[in-house]
Formats: sequence, structure tokens, C-alpha cells
Amino acid sequence: MSEQAPAPAPAPVPQDDRSSGDSRPPFSRVVLDAVLEGNSVVVTILAIFTAIVLGGLLIAFTNTTVLHAWGNLFSNPGNAIAQAWDAASGAYVAIFEGAIFNPHTVSALFQQKSMSVALHDGALSAVFNPLSETCVQATPLILAGLSVAVAFRAGLFNIGAESQFIGGAILATWLGYGVSLPPVIHVIVCVLGAFVGGAVLGWIVGVLKARTGAHEVIVTIMLNYIMAYLLAYLLSKPSLLEELGANGNLISPNIASNAHLPLLAGTHLRINAGFLLALACAAGVWWLMSRSTLGFEFRTVGANPNAARSAGMSVPRTWIMVMLIAGGLAGLSASTVIQGTDFSLNFQSYGTYGIDAITVALLGRARPGGVVLAALLYGALHAGAPLMQASTGVPVDIVQVIQALIVMFVAAPPLVRAIYRLRAVRAGGTGQVLSKGWRT
Amino acid sequence: MNLELQGITKRFGSLVANDHIDLSVSTGTIHALLGENGAGKTTLMNILYGLTQPDEGTILADGQPLTVHSPKDAIAAGIGMVHQHFMLVPVFTVAENVTLGDEQTRPLGLLDRRRMRRKVRELSERYGLRVEPDALTEDLPVGVQQRVEILKALVRDAQVLILDEPTAVLTPGETEDLFRIMRELRESGRAIVFISHKLKEVQAIADTITILRRGRVVGERPPDTSEDELAALMVGRSVQLRVSKTAAKPGRVMLDVRDLVVPAGHEGLPGGEHTAAVNGLSFRVRAGEILGVAGVQGNGQTELCEALMGLLPVASGSVHLNDHDITHATPGGRLRAGIGYVPEDRQQDGLVGSFPISENVVLDTYNQPPYSSGLALNLREIRTTAEARVQEFDIRTQSISAPVETLSGGNQQKVILAREVGRDVRLLLASQPTRGLDVGSIEFVHRRIIEERDRGVAVVLVSSELDEIYALSDRIAIMYEGRFTGFRKPDVPVEELGLLMAGIGGIDTPESGEQDSAEPAAPGAPAPGAPAPEAPAPEVPAPETPATGGPEPGAPELGAPATGAPATAAEPDSPGDDPTVSIRKPT
Repeated sequence: MSEQAPAPAPAPVPQDDRSSGDSRPPFSRVVLDAVLEGNSVVVTILAIFTAIVLGGLLIAFTNTTVLHAWGNLFSNPGNAIAQAWDAASGAYVAIFEGAIFNPHTVSALFQQKSMSVALHDGALSAVFNPLSETCVQATPLILAGLSVAVAFRAGLFNIGAESQFIGGAILATWLGYGVSLPPVIHVIVCVLGAFVGGAVLGWIVGVLKARTGAHEVIVTIMLNYIMAYLLAYLLSKPSLLEELGANGNLISPNIASNAHLPLLAGTHLRINAGFLLALACAAGVWWLMSRSTLGFEFRTVGANPNAARSAGMSVPRTWIMVMLIAGGLAGLSASTVIQGTDFSLNFQSYGTYGIDAITVALLGRARPGGVVLAALLYGALHAGAPLMQASTGVPVDIVQVIQALIVMFVAAPPLVRAIYRLRAVRAGGTGQVLSKGWRT
Repeated sequence: MNLELQGITKRFGSLVANDHIDLSVSTGTIHALLGENGAGKTTLMNILYGLTQPDEGTILADGQPLTVHSPKDAIAAGIGMVHQHFMLVPVFTVAENVTLGDEQTRPLGLLDRRRMRRKVRELSERYGLRVEPDALTEDLPVGVQQRVEILKALVRDAQVLILDEPTAVLTPGETEDLFRIMRELRESGRAIVFISHKLKEVQAIADTITILRRGRVVGERPPDTSEDELAALMVGRSVQLRVSKTAAKPGRVMLDVRDLVVPAGHEGLPGGEHTAAVNGLSFRVRAGEILGVAGVQGNGQTELCEALMGLLPVASGSVHLNDHDITHATPGGRLRAGIGYVPEDRQQDGLVGSFPISENVVLDTYNQPPYSSGLALNLREIRTTAEARVQEFDIRTQSISAPVETLSGGNQQKVILAREVGRDVRLLLASQPTRGLDVGSIEFVHRRIIEERDRGVAVVLVSSELDEIYALSDRIAIMYEGRFTGFRKPDVPVEELGLLMAGIGGIDTPESGEQDSAEPAAPGAPAPGAPAPEAPAPEVPAPETPATGGPEPGAPELGAPATGAPATAAEPDSPGDDPTVSIRKPT
């Protein structure tokens, strides 16, 4: 029998009367609930903190100097600890300097002859460069994370952000160099094209699920492969997407400059309108999910498809709409990459956005605000990693380890709670669900 | 074994679920724990069974202190529990579930399936709990799963058996079976703790009744105490147990169903598979009348409701609502056409547990004005409506933003009712509307349904609670194997109703209903309190619900000729000419 430690809202213990038994939700729902609802904000923050600590340990103890010092632990403990601390903190400071703020840039700024020189040479911009890079790195993650988050709220797993990204990228790139349009229009057309390209890929998944019941995880993973190979194929044919004279490099022609997303802070900083687009989409998703009828349907279908049906909603139609929008958002993430920073498409443009999107959505607990914050965190890690490698020699892969640790802790709230001896705020999640009965 | 609980206290944060409770259970007795939902009965038993630990208090077994840290300790001490929410593995067979934790092995540790199967068959016959050992648990209907749960406890030779609301999912016949088993167990020297909020059952079976309210013991009474006194102790105020209603004034035909056939879903009880869940039903319901559909659960009632709502496809036949053909309309379309639906399983089909009350109240009207304009939700309007409904229906909650899963069953049902009758509906489809509700909430729901009827709504009430059918219906239709075996007025005697429910003496007389579990295997024992046939409203203190299985099958004097309705399910037309619909007092 399930016990319920009451949440802050006092209510009578409601267990005694559910005589007909509860239906067992699908296992995917169980997992989703455990991660999304089993986490309080505290647990999420602690998860990040724990991952950082463990990452620091890893950084320290793969450093030969530190290991050497620890060889002499008993003769010189102070040195050993100091070395370990220096290694770890040095790495994190470097990340911070690469992602947020680097004090050296300020001193360099004051060495300039005058303000106008500073502006022209980019010394002023250099002060804001870390932040700019963080935002640039975060932008596609915000959009792709929103894509996955919207699907999560409706009970669907969108593993196909990669395929939707590629779909959007292909269309946006082709519109970028293939047609010629006046300045503002070209940008907008390409952005819309990216949305459409991604939406089509999402729509395929939705329709397959609605008509045949095909599980979206399988379909999206398959589509990832299909689109990745399709992209490589298209890029290898001069008649299609290939850049002339690319010598076998699978890369597309550059898109027209009219299609570039405008820069926001001068030519020395990469931050562009894509960031604003991403924030606007986050606001839009918030409005959609909490203030619109469509979002109400999405949430209801996600929370209880049976009740949704009994209330007159069409569950298959909702799935199609959700995947359409999710695909479009992932397509938009491609737009920010192609039109914001890369200006051309190559066979690896999609990078790891598809998978990172999932972790960003989980970390952000499928809420738009959380997704933005999580994406900024990941963006910061990506932005700071190169400086870390350059100045301390710690390989950038450490950042991936830290990211993976964050994901691991976020996905296992009881682990974090056990480490920090937290009481469960809500007895929700796997434990409670599995101790209920069910009925046929 | 004599069990004594002394001063048991359990707190969940600021909520005191058990407040210094003293309880003594003697060998060879059936001790009932009576109380509303949330009174603390389940918590107390969870403590006894080791599922949770008390904050204060002791447990004594035969005078010796007993510490129970887990169900394992409890089972070892001879305490067995049958839970309200089943603890069965869906993908196991019945035999596997029953012997889980106590498996029979051959040498080398291989499971001895034959012995397991034999053991289950043996036990099921000894106690009259018929189950197929090889049936897949997830395919069984709720009532049969219940039997598996009971078998599980009996297999481990419990000396004290705790039954937590076991009859919540049983039919009257099955309940009678259960009571017979309980009496047998009591004769064999066991003690049984029977948790319930159903007054009648508790009076029928218990040797002594302890009443809990809000975590405290408010009294211990013998079973012949009056219903009103027990109800008043449970609720804390006097409760009207049978809502009064005036005669029906039926108007025009609102729902017209002809030859409805709905294909079956899954397998049913052992030995049977229905060819079609609903097998050619025809009936009409007028505005301002309540048609009660009585019948053992599993005879197509669920499928009928879902087909009327458009949740199941219709193979043939037609459904007309207010002269509009809705046979193939979508659920949304039917809701808009004016059907209100109170589903059988409120948590699975009626509510979204994690959503606040306000969102559940507009679950089916969210995309209509005034709750939305275009794509945008009108949150203020939704909030205002939700607050008004909470007032009107007296829903006990801190705020309208509380998730409905934190409400008690009665309040959850009120949310559904508030939603369905708050709209302008022409037909109200209520399926098991008071399942799992406490006395106070039942009173409310009944009163509300009658109010709707008086407002001119046509009501189809599907219920396995005969009390409810008798109390509310203006006409009764008895359903068996997808057909109506008869239509009766509410003054029909229980025995006749019971026979019709078992498929006997009606329009079709199938193979003596052996496929049906409503007929208990032992026709010899007359049910307690079975009044003389044809005698309405006897002053018999015993409950009527177990009486359906009383008389021998096929007893001819119980009016087989009187039930000689024509072979098709043609119903007698219009009870509107019978102003004095006598309400049978269910004792």
C-alpha cells in the first residue's frame, strides 16, 4: 500500500477509497515522472554541484603533477592537497573565464590608447566575448531542448531532434544560397523554411504513431540515421547541395549574406538574433503550454490519455500536432546554426545537438524557463572548454564527462537525496506508482 | 491468536492518521473496522502488516509484544492481508501469483508448476473461489483478481486475516461467497479484521464493529446497532441514508437505442468468452426519468457506456439522442450534443490527477467560450467557474489549484459531477457513481442525480449496488451477457432481480448461468434475511445485497411466468403512467 508523505498542501490522506484500483501508466510515463517530478529544484542544483565536484576530482587525479604530489602524500600532505586543488580550480576558472568573464580582457582594455581604438580593435568586445560565446553555444540547445520538452509534456519522447535539425538545415541552406531575396525577407524566409523542414520530419513521426501506433522512439532513431545519410548524399552531389570545387568535402555553398541572422553586438562578437529568436520561442512555448487551448490538450494527453479521450479530445490528432511543433522547433535550432554562425552546411553540422537536447530538456524539467537555464549552463561549459584546454592542458572531453555526470545525477534523484540526506519532498515517482495496483 | 493494538499513533507531517488507537481482535471473531475515507483504517492495518511503522504504541500477540518491521515479519507471525489495491503481477498466471514468495520447487530449484497449479485448484475449490490457475492475471476482471488476492493470503495459512475493503469490487453474489468463506475461516479459529465503509455488509458479517473517525476510535458497537447510529458515528452528524424522491415526470424520449451490438474486448470469467459485449440492446430513456441498469459486473455494462460515449466502436445498431443520430459521432461530438458522462473509473477516465481542480472542471469545455477565445484560455473565467462549483458542490479542498489526486474519492467524484452537470446536458450517463465513496458522499451524489432528473435530464444509471438501483431508479433494466433480460419497476423483489441478473427466468434462458459467478455454488444455504417472495418492504434487519443468491435456481414460484416478457428486449413503454413508483426500502 502506498504511503504518502504529504506535500505542503495539507489534504486528507486519500488512499482509503480507491476501490476499483488505478490503471498502471505505461513504463515510459513512470520513468518520465520519476525524473521530471521526483526532482525538486534543490535536487537539480545539488546534482549539478555533485557533478562538478566529481569532475574536479577527475581533473585533479588525471594530472601528472598532482599524482606525483600525492605520491608523497604522507611526507608533504599540504602540497598534495594544494596541487589537487590548483589543478581542479585552474580548470574551472579557465572554464569560467571562457564562458562568463575573463579579467585579463579588462586589463587589456585599459591598455588601449583610446575608446575608439578599443572599439575598433575589438578590445571592448573581448570583454563580452565569453558571455557572447555562451549565448551562441546555448542558442541551438535552447531551441532543440524546447523541442524535446514540448514532446515530453505531451507524453512523447522526441529522440529525433537530430533528424528534424537536418531537415530544417537542408531547407534553410538551400533557401539561403539557392534563391535571391532582399535583406530582411531572406532571413525570415530561411527561418520559416527551417521550421517547415523540421516540422515535416516531426509530422512523419506523429502520423506514424497516430495511424499505426508505431513508437516514436524507434521511428525517431531510425529517422536520425536516414536523415544523416541523406544529408551526406545530398552534399556529395554537385547538382544537389554540394559546393562546387569542394574536392570531396561534404559541404554546401555558403548562404547569401542577406540570409545571415543579424549580429547583435558588433562584428567582433558572434552573438546574433538567433539568441533572441530562441528566447522568443521559449516565451512562446510557455504561453502555448500554460495559456492556450492547444497546450491544454497537449498536457492532458500527456498526463492521462484516457481521460483526454473521455473528455472529447482526439489523442492521435494531438500527437501529430505535438510532433509538428517539436519538429519545427528543432528545425529552428538548425536555422540559428546555419544562419547564425556557420553560414554553410556540412555533413556534421548537426553535431550532438539531438542528444544534448534531451539532457537539456530533462535538466530543465521540461519547462521553458528550466530549458533556457539548462541550455545556458551547457552553453557555458561548451564555451569555456577550449580556453580550459588551451591554458591548463585539461582535455575538452572532461566537459563531456561533467555533462554526463549531471545527467546521471538528475536521472537518479534518490541518489542525490541519499548523498545529501534529503527527505523526499514528494513521494511521487517510481516508488509510489509501482506500489499501487491496477485494473484490467 | 489474540491481537491487541495499544495506543497506536502515526503522523504524516502535521496530519495525525492514527491517534492513540486501541483495538483488540480475539480469535475466532470477525472484527469490523468501520469509517469514512480518510479515517485511518488502512493506515492502522498497514502498521499491523508491517508496511509502515507506528510513531507510538505497541502490538501484542497473545499477550507477547510483537514487532513487525515488514510484511515478512507479519506473515511469519500469521498475519495475512488482502489489500484494497491489488498486489498482483499482471503478466503472471494466477498460480504464479498465488504462490509468489512461497514457490514449490523440484530438485535443482526448478519451479514445480504442476504442484503449484494443483495447490491453487485445491484451495480454490475448498474455499469456493473459482479461478483458472493458468489464466493470465491481467486479463481477468477485477472481481476475479480479488479472488486471487484472497487465495494468496489463505495459502500462507494466516491466523489473522485483514481484508481491506474487499467487497468494493465484488458483486452481490461474490460478496455472499466472501462472507461464507469468512464465516468458515472464523469457525476454523481464525480472526478476521474486515475494513469497510459499507454499513450493511458490516452489520451482516461482523461480530463486533469498531468505528473510526479522523484517526480516533469513536466507539465499538455490536452488529445489531441501528444503521443510523453507525452512520452518525462514522460521519459525526446524522446522515440521510435513503434520499427521498418524488415521483418521476418523464417527458419525451431522449435516448433511443436500437439493436446495439458492440464487439467484445477481452476474455471474461473462466469458461466463458462473450461473442459480443453488447448483443442487440434496445431501450429508450425519457427526459426526467432514471433508468437503472442492474447486473453483475462484466456483462457488458462497461461496453454499453463506452459505446454510448463513442469510446468503443459500434458494430451495428443505432443510437439517437434527442432525435439526432449519434451512432458514429466522436466523443467530443456527443459531449457537445448534450451527454454528461461519469465514468466507472474516475481516476483513469474521468480526471487528470496531477491537474488542479480548476483544470479538471473544464476538461471537456476548455475550448468553448467563455473558457477560451480562439487559441487562448480564459484563465480568469475558468477560475471563477471552478470556485463557484467548489462552493456549490461542497468540495473539501484548500484551493482550486490543488491537484485532484490529493482529494478524497468522494470529493473527486464531486469534481466530475460538477463538470458534467454544470453543463447543460440532456442525458447523464453515470456508471458506478458511488463506487468507493463514503456515506456522506453517497448521499450527496444520489441527491444530485435526483435533482438532475427533476430538472428534466434523462439519466442512465449503471450500478452493481442494488441498494442504489432500488433507491434511485424509476425503471430497472437487468443486463446479462450483453442483453437486457428484463425491465422492471423498482418494486420488483430482490430474488427475482437476482435471477434475472443471473440470466434465469428472463427473455433468454441460457445454460443456467453456470458461466456466471453470481450464482453461488451452494444453493442449499438460504441467504440470511431472504424474505418471502413477493413481499415488498419487509422489516428485516439483514441486508438485502447477499440475498440474490438465496433461492434455488429455477424456482418456478418466483414468477417465471411473471417475467414472461416477449423474446426480444422490447421494453414496456412509458412508466409515466405509474405515478406511485414505490421505492423499495432496502432494509
